[in-house]
Amino acid sequence: MKAYVSIWRLRFVNGMQYRAAALAGMATQLFFGFVFIMIFAAFYSGSSGGEPISLQDLITYVWLQQVFLSFIMLWFRDQELFDLITSGNIAYELCRPMGLYPHWYSKLMAQRVASAVLRCFPILFITFLLPEPYRMSAPPSWASFFLFLVTLLLGLLVIVSISMLIYISVFWTMSPIGSILMISVAGEFLAGMVIPVPLMPQWLQSIAYALPFRWTADFPFRVYSGHIPVTEAAWGIAIQLLWLAILVIAGQWLMRRALRAVVVQGG
Amino acid sequence: MRLYFKYLNIHLKSQMQYRASFWLMSVGQFFIPFMVFGGLYLMFDRFGQLQGWSFFEVALCFAVIHLSFSLSECFARGFDAFSSLVGRGDFDRLLVRPRSTALQVLGSKFEFTRIGRLLQSSFVLVWSLANLPAVWTFPKLLTLALMIANGVFIFTGIFILAATFCFWTIQALEVANVFTDGGREMAQYPLNIYEKWVTRFFTFIIPFGCVSYLPLMYLLDKREGSELLPMLFTLGGALFLVPCLLIWRFGVRHYRSTGS
Repeated sequence: MKAYVSIWRLRFVNGMQYRAAALAGMATQLFFGFVFIMIFAAFYSGSSGGEPISLQDLITYVWLQQVFLSFIMLWFRDQELFDLITSGNIAYELCRPMGLYPHWYSKLMAQRVASAVLRCFPILFITFLLPEPYRMSAPPSWASFFLFLVTLLLGLLVIVSISMLIYISVFWTMSPIGSILMISVAGEFLAGMVIPVPLMPQWLQSIAYALPFRWTADFPFRVYSGHIPVTEAAWGIAIQLLWLAILVIAGQWLMRRALRAVVVQGG
Repeated sequence: MRLYFKYLNIHLKSQMQYRASFWLMSVGQFFIPFMVFGGLYLMFDRFGQLQGWSFFEVALCFAVIHLSFSLSECFARGFDAFSSLVGRGDFDRLLVRPRSTALQVLGSKFEFTRIGRLLQSSFVLVWSLANLPAVWTFPKLLTLALMIANGVFIFTGIFILAATFCFWTIQALEVANVFTDGGREMAQYPLNIYEKWVTRFFTFIIPFGCVSYLPLMYLLDKREGSELLPMLFTLGGALFLVPCLLIWRFGVRHYRSTGS
């Protein structure tokens, strides 16, 4: 366990070095947040009411998406890991006296956390100070806030285990681009990144609810704004844990199978 | 110009060597805007209209911008990937050749996998046109073609500007994404739905409004007027390219090699 923690720390410190990139990222995220909110506000201004989610909640939803982008993007790739697999350097990794799955898992998670820590506080600060229609609102109660933290953290674990499956698939496909692009685009859509899940039509919502993607982003954000009440959120946490267990077990099983058949390329 | 087509030909041949990966990428490129368009469709499905714009009208706007974006990403990719050229010091080689630098950088890379994106936006274009019979006159279709062409100029201009900054920073500036990706996200909706300052910025500084919103009003008979005026508006895109190229020239003169 100690080894994984120190790998996590190494990666975290490494990720913290890219401050200029973080600054640029923040500007981009703020801009996109503005654009999305303006588009949604324009749609709302012409409607007669009766939407499944209020504009206020929606604005919070959009900001949280931008603030925790590195927590919820499926497409947060680590070229190094891909190169390890395709170049054959995976052999070195296999020599190390630790499990490959937890090793990579902690690496991937550290990257996301580092990127989020660098970015989230300045953006949060700004979004709370913005003029009225764009300002982010505070959660309605301490219980919602606390549950939000728990669900966000569990969501992070779930998304890392999904992305682990993507990396493992490279053992078979060798080319990371095509298939992953499609999975991540579809996954992000179902997580409510393009349009929020509550605004989807009924049939699409039932698909989104049946898959793990929405538990990583849509669920914690709606817990924050109180759109999902506290009691319901507690049940959601149970489902998140269930998904996490399924994904991790599946990932470890697949990785064992992949490693048994692995052919090291090159010499 | 002959040189440019020669570059084009060579790159096409080299990318076709990896056929499977090429097609996979293209299919992936097809799906990204497809999902965005799906989101747009679902929003209209729920809300019906957007401040007086109907679904097909916005779809036309979407198609114009995405067509321009994918075309410029395909052909002006060299500027987008320019930072690596400077970073490795390879730009020195371009300087000693007796041809213009802009042309050579333009020819240094093409991204043909954008054909997926291109196809997707063409579908949207045809679909929306089929449902907007009012656009089917010659001057309007000509305006539409001008809109797309000048949209390509704007995106190319932004790519060039971003590349020029590499002369000083060596690294690529991520902030440029605000204007390429962000501009694309914005301009795919009619500009009048945004706040005033945003609309102004994207009409007078970066003239997206000239290629999408203003002529679109005319195409959809939302504003009466002569047929020539909206065509002139679209030329704002070409006009934008001029200062970009001048700044590029200025940047080239201030280039200091990273050496190796």
